[in-house]
Formats: sequence, structure tokens, C-alpha cells
Amino acid sequence: MSIPEAIVHEHDVIVIGAGGAGLRAAIEASATGAKVAVICKSLLGKAHTVMAEGGMAAAMGHVDDRDNWEVHFADTMRGGGYLNNWVMAEHHAKEAPDRVRELEAWGAVFDRTKDGRILQRHFGGHRYQRLAHVGDRTGLEMIRTLQDHGIHQGLDVYMEMTVIALLRSGGRIAGVLGYDRERGRLRVWRAGAVILATGGIGKAYRITSNSWEYTGDGQSLAYEAGAEIMDMEFIQFHPTGMVWPPSVRGLLVTEGVRGEGGALRNSEGRRFMWDDIPEAYKNQVAADEEEAWRYVCGDKNAQRPPELLTRDHVARCINREVKAGRGSPHGGVFLDIAWIKSRVPNGEEYIKKKLPSMYHQFMQLAGVDITREAMEVGPTTHYCMGGVRVDGDTQMSSVPGLFAAGEVAAGLHGANRLGGNSLSDLVVFGRRAGESAARWAKEHGAAPVDNAQVESETARALAPFDRLNGENPYAIQSDLQNVMQRLVGMVRVQSELEEALGHIASLRARAANCGVVGHREYNPGWHTAIDLRNLLLVSEMITKSALLRPESRGGHFREDFPLRSEECTGFNLVASRADDGSMNIQRRQRPPIRADLQAIIERMK
Amino acid sequence: MASHAQPVTDSTTTRPVQFKIWRGDASGGAFEQYTARVTGGMVVLDCIHQVQAEQVPDLACRWNCKAGKCGSCSAEINGKPALMCMTRMDTLPTDQPVTVEPLRAFPSIRDLVTDVSWNYEVKKKITPFTPRKPDRPDGTWTMYQEDIERTQEFRKCIECFLCQDVCHVLRDHHKHDEFIGPRFLVNIAALEMHPLDVADRIADLKDRDGIGYCNIGKCCTKVCPESITITDNAIIPLKERVVDEFYDPITRLLRIFRSK
Ligand SMILES: Cc1cc2nc3c(=O)[nH]c(=O)nc-3n(C[C@H](O)[C@H](O)[C@H](O)COP(=O)(O)OP(=O)(O)OC[C@H]3O[C@@H](n4cnc5c(N)ncnc54)[C@H](O)[C@@H]3O)c2cc1C
Ligand code: SF4
Ligand code: SF4
Ligand code: FES
Repeated sequence: MSIPEAIVHEHDVIVIGAGGAGLRAAIEASATGAKVAVICKSLLGKAHTVMAEGGMAAAMGHVDDRDNWEVHFADTMRGGGYLNNWVMAEHHAKEAPDRVRELEAWGAVFDRTKDGRILQRHFGGHRYQRLAHVGDRTGLEMIRTLQDHGIHQGLDVYMEMTVIALLRSGGRIAGVLGYDRERGRLRVWRAGAVILATGGIGKAYRITSNSWEYTGDGQSLAYEAGAEIMDMEFIQFHPTGMVWPPSVRGLLVTEGVRGEGGALRNSEGRRFMWDDIPEAYKNQVAADEEEAWRYVCGDKNAQRPPELLTRDHVARCINREVKAGRGSPHGGVFLDIAWIKSRVPNGEEYIKKKLPSMYHQFMQLAGVDITREAMEVGPTTHYCMGGVRVDGDTQMSSVPGLFAAGEVAAGLHGANRLGGNSLSDLVVFGRRAGESAARWAKEHGAAPVDNAQVESETARALAPFDRLNGENPYAIQSDLQNVMQRLVGMVRVQSELEEALGHIASLRARAANCGVVGHREYNPGWHTAIDLRNLLLVSEMITKSALLRPESRGGHFREDFPLRSEECTGFNLVASRADDGSMNIQRRQRPPIRADLQAIIERMK
Repeated sequence: MASHAQPVTDSTTTRPVQFKIWRGDASGGAFEQYTARVTGGMVVLDCIHQVQAEQVPDLACRWNCKAGKCGSCSAEINGKPALMCMTRMDTLPTDQPVTVEPLRAFPSIRDLVTDVSWNYEVKKKITPFTPRKPDRPDGTWTMYQEDIERTQEFRKCIECFLCQDVCHVLRDHHKHDEFIGPRFLVNIAALEMHPLDVADRIADLKDRDGIGYCNIGKCCTKVCPESITITDNAIIPLKERVVDEFYDPITRLLRIFRSK
């Protein structure tokens, strides 16, 4: 095969992404004997998963024996505003405990209960103590365990390489095209099946907890390859990001702080979360501070503090306080963990032991000692509930041979993800995707790569080098982030969404004329130019989907339609590319939920 | 739309700071001078990003989390190995330029990016975690919090390789073929002190991994951003195990018996 200048690799299964989902998928696929490659933009062990803090949700019932998969399932559906793919929610709730135990068998060391089992902590929206964790560095434990296990499974890992196109043959997948950062060389990986595990889209916004990697690559690659992308209007704004100093604005403050008893207060010192309790949770919230504290301590007869309601709700309440002029000096509210010193002996040490990275992060970056002072926090763009639409059993997308798992896939979380449900999602569906992709590759074999596609994609990728006087891609990225932050953020309204679409169109025109300086070796300007088209695509998906959902639910809040609409419970929004190249967004009727699952939901209401 | 093409800055307290950033690749390079606008709370990585976004878009550096959690942004700041994202500008003297250069114990790729692939090769050779049989029929084990505290300290490692950079055995004597460096001694300590692990890495430590090269100077411990007490808690106990196994006459006899 002669492919101009590209280096060619051959595998059965290609996994794009080396976070929890990608690594778990790769381990599973290679266990079946498939020849597997993992491609990732950063070094191994640096993917987003490493940053996860609070924990991994699994109904093991170690701390509270009332917990079981049915309760976890019902919590996930309620939290997701009942737009979740219920097949996935069922698999997730049933399989998560085994995936946690499997991590332990591979060397992970979770914090322990008094009787020597894996400890579980409280988190928003979970009825019982459910999150397996390691202090506030659970993601590090997960990624290191999978990485160290995976490198002995015969995987080929291609680090610091970026995939820029999915290659198709007829209707199916045939491989991927990418470049290596070090030399800027183009490479083709031929494969029977491809698994997307590329994570989220946070870099479309100004204020985010996400890193440079989160440019919506997987969602865009899949869309361009003809796959359907679902639920993109649902973006999770985490209620507690740092707000000060400006350079750390958006950095995450784990929900674990509230799980350990952290109180949200406004400038008047009031725990304002009690001022607005949503209907669906009115039986699940403590009557007063006393009861809330008993809950934190594990009293089974107590209800949760209102700080542990779902993230969408908490974020909106914070917004309300700030808008009403009751915020903190730098435009957030106060998160106070120091107060628990009045309740626990040796409180200072206790806080440092339970929340070591938060202590460290505030001490070093903000000069705030969280064992003495309150933190200032406000919402930050955190997670994308939407993504590639997949089959709930196999994780295959609407393009044969293309699979997706982890944050890049849609379905499990519906309109809003519960904290801790992502880490478990990664391993539950990573494993499923790995298994089905390997099987698919075996059954269908390889397909020829289309050289014309490789050539045209290569030309597109290299074009910015020809525009010596083109605009700086960083400036375009920055303007896009401001548009999305200002017009398609937590609170949306038709006129602003329409305005945003206009900006996105003109930013796309500017992006088509951006240029890069220097050569192809490790050139971040060039990489940013390539990422731009993905960011623009996902921004358009988010904005158009947000326009087409005339209601408020989960991560999508419309000021002009502030209530949940019964009619809108019936559909998900699906984006796909029309024949003329334009973006088509359609309502997809939801299949009726299985009767036994509906019965569980009713029982748990 | 209001255009905020510039990164967020608080204009009231902005001051210019001079930087000398190393630019180049494997064939050589030099420090080049840049100016960044610095406001309260900024870290070195913010300044590098500002220079990159506004002056030299092809300035190469690594980062991910910007919160000291991923270990990507290691560099030498004013000659001292540190994470760029956790080094606040207000902790550095600004009467002279702040120098930023790549880790020197590894080959250069470009600008602030070094080739750390050797570390990944070293790790592959370490005998992986090997648990004892599960304690319970459901395939799980009993471990108490006090049993895991030692290994949990080592498992905090974010693989920033700052300790590798500062260790004279690697940095000055280039013993990369004979010595695995502090990071991987910590890695082995995490496995050896894992309550479930039953594999034996002591012979490898002595021969292949070169633990004898370490003279316990503690430079590694001083730079560890995770405050892992590398020398006292990881290396010294491992050295003791090597001594027990190889130089203690009784253990040695037993070992000869066992290998028969
Ligand atoms: C600060 C923070 C704290 C969090 N805490 C929690 C928590 O406590 N509990 C919880 O459940 N969830 C938490 N989350 C969410 C959770 O961590 C993420 O959703 C999850 O880790 C995503 O995992 P992933 O495997 O899907 O993707 P990632 O871990 O992000 O991995 C994506 C991979 O894809 C690669 N990639 C992307 N694009 C390309 C491309 N074009 N070519 C090649 N490779 C590519 C990247 O290099 C990377 O290796 C947190 C998130 C953040 C940001
Ligand atoms: S104590 Fe040992 S490992 Fe650490 S820097 Fe010194 S010689 Fe290297
Ligand atoms: S031991 Fe410390 S310094 Fe060394 S790689 Fe790990 S975190 Fe970095
Ligand atoms: S960017 Fe992750 S440690 Fe600095």
C-alpha cells in the first residue's frame, strides 16, 4: 500500500485514549488474544482520569448494608432526569462492584473500613455511602493500577500521538490517521475495530476543571465519520471550582469536601442550600444542621445535608446567591470544612487526612488554610453527559466497528451525572467495549484503507503551515471559550443561543484562515490549530441541541423555559451530519423502559 | 461580544517579569528572553502559557492538570527541579530573570519537553503485583487501614520524575543502564510493602536495579512534590531487605537451600 509519507501500523483493535476507559478496554481486548494498540495525546498515566478525586460509585454495601444495585440504578436515573439509557444504567449498577474488586486484585489500595473491607463515602445524589476511594486521589489510584497492569498485557502504547481522522471503508471503520507530537509525522493505524475513549469537551469554555486534552476530539471524529452524537445540551457545571486567584479559576474542589461535612454559606453566613429543595428530593433532605451532621457521621436514620443534592441544582443555587449579591468577595460563595473541628476530635488532622490534596491545593495555590478558613468556590465546566450514541450492551456506535466508552460516550448519565459514577462508568463500559470490539474485529477482519481519504486529511492537517500570515489559533480558541462561557453556559436563553451560533460561524471562518509558525516538531501552535475544528464542532452541537430542548433539566437550564416538561421526557436529541455537510439535530423517541426497571424506580421514589 | 482574547488578569496589580526560557532540541539550544505580565496568584506555568499564546506559539511544554496531580509539567526553575504549575511567582525573586529549562537528566526533545521514555521501559521490567490467594470466597481480601499506610504513601507518586532528575547517579553519572532511580525504588517499595503481594524483588534490587548506587544523600526526597519520604521510608528499608537476604549468613544459607 502506498500512503504518502505516513508510517503504517497494523492492529486488530485500536483504542484512542489512555484514561480509565481506554486502558480498561485495551486490557479486555488484549485478554481475548487481539493485537491491541493504545494511542494517547499525553504521556501514559497523565490522562484526565488521574485528576479524579472523590471516588468511584459501586453498591457494595460495605458501610451501609441497605445498599444494592437497585438503589444505585434508581439514584442514577433520578439524577439523570430519566433521560438515561436504562440498559446502561442497569449494567452499570450491577457490574460496578465487581470492577472495584477487580482493581483491588490488580493492586489498587482503597481506604478501609474498620473490619478491613473497602471503605465507601457519601456523595451527592447517592442515597447511601457508596464511593470507594483513596483519600482525594482516587483517579490516580485507578489510572496507575490499570497502567501498571496493562503494560504487562502486551499492549502497544503510542504516547503523545493525536488521532485526527477515523478512516472508513464502505460503511465501516478501517483504521485511524494521526500524527506524533515529537516529529510531526503522520501515521496510519489499520485495524478491524476502533474504540473511542477520548473524554470530554471542557476546553470549549473559559472556566473549566478540564485540561488542554479536552477538545471534544472523540465526539468530532465520530461525527465526521458519520456516527450519531446524543445529548450534547447536557453539560455539567460542577458547583465547586476555585474562583481565586484568577489563574486557578475553575480548578476543581472535590465534592468529597461536602461529603465530609463541608457547608456552603453565603456572605451572610447562611447555609443557603436549605432555601430551595427540589420536589424529587424533598423526602431525602435533613431537617436541620444537627440531622445533616448525623448523616455525615453515618447515622442511618438521618437524611442528607442539602449540600449533597445533585450538582446541577447546587450549581444553580450558588449562581442565585451570587446574582442576589450575597456572594463572596471574588464572585463565589463560601465552602466551609473548618467548622467540623467543633464536631470531631483533632479536627485539623482529620481534615488533612481526609482531604490531603485539597489542603495542599488551597495552601499552595491560594494561600488558604482550609482547616481554618472557608474556601471561595463557584461553578466550573466539568463534564459532558452527551457524546457518541452507543448500543447499551456492546458500546458500538452507529458506525459498524466504531465503539465508544467513558466520558466520550452518551447514555449512562442522562441529563446529569452523579459524582463518582464516572470512574465506575469507565471500567464497566471500558471492559464491555474492549470485549465487543475484539469480537467484532475477529468476526469482520480488516478492511482496506482509502488512500484518497488519507491524502485529503493529511492536506487539511498541514494547511495551517502554508498560511504564514494567518491568525494565531490561540486567539481564536480564546474567543470561542468566551462565547461559550457567556452565551451557552449554565443559564441559557433562546436569543443568546442564536447569537452564539452566529459567533461560532464567524469563528469557523477565522479558523479556516489560521496559520502556524515554526516546524512540525512538538509545535503546540499547530496542535491548537487542529484542535480548533473539533472545539468548533462540539460547540455547535451543544448550542444547537440547547436551542432544541425547550425545558430545563439536569445540566441544561433554559431561562425562557425554566421548568421540566413532561413532553421532553420522551426524547433524546441526536446530532448527525446531513448529506450536504450541515449539522442535523433530531428528536429521537425513547424506547419505553422495561417494566421491572420502572417498578424499581417507582419503589424508590 | 466583548473581546477577551487575553488570559484573565487583574489589571490593578500587573507587573512585568523577565523570563529566560531554554529553547532548542537534541542538537542544542540556548536561553531566550521573554517578558510576562504577572498578577497575584500566578504560577510559572501561567507565564509559560501566556508567552506561548501571545509571543511564541511554538514554545513546547507539557502540562495537564495544572494542580500538581499529573506530574507532567516538571522543569528546572532557577536551577531547581519543580512542577511549573505549583510554583507561585510570588515565591521567586524577580529582580533578575526567572530561568526555566527542561529536566537535564533526560535527553531533550524540544524546548521544555524531554524524552522520559526510559522511565517507562524501566517500569516494564519490574515484577508486577502478585497477590496472595483471596481471603474470602467472593474473591476479596481483608486489609486494615494500618496495614496499608506504608504502601499508600508510595502510591501517591505522580511520576513527575523530578527525583530522577535530581539524583546524581542518573544526572551526573548517567547510570541509566545500571540504576533504576528513586522513582522506581519507590515503586518497588510500594509493591514490596503491599500487604497482599507475595512476589520477591530483592534479588533484582541488588543486581539489575542497582540499589547499591544510592548513597542516601536525600536530594530526591527534597524535591518530591508529593512529600514522599523516598529515602527514609522506601530506599533504606529496601536496602535493609537486601542486606538481610544477601549478606546475613543465615538467610544466605536458607537461600542456597531453597535454590537447590
Ligand atoms: C478534576 C476532576 C475530578 C474528577 N473527580 C471525579 C470523581 O471523583 N469521580 C468520578 O467518578 N469522576 C470524576 N471526574 C470525572 C472523571 O475523572 C472523568 O470523566 C474521567 O476520568 C474520564 O475518563 P476517560 O477514560 O473517559 O477519559 P480520560 O481519562 O480523559 O482520557 C482521555 C484519553 O484520550 C486521549 N485522547 C483524547 N483525544 C485524543 C486524540 N485525538 N488522539 C489520541 N488520544 C486522544 C487523551 O490523551 C487521554 O489519554 C473528575 C474530573 C475532573 C476533571
Ligand atoms: S538518595 Fe539515593 S536515590 Fe535519592 S537522590 Fe540520592 S542517590 Fe539518588
Ligand atoms: S517519587 Fe515524588 S519526585 Fe519521584 S516521581 Fe514520584 S512524585 Fe515525583
Ligand atoms: S500540570 Fe499536572 S502536575 Fe503540573
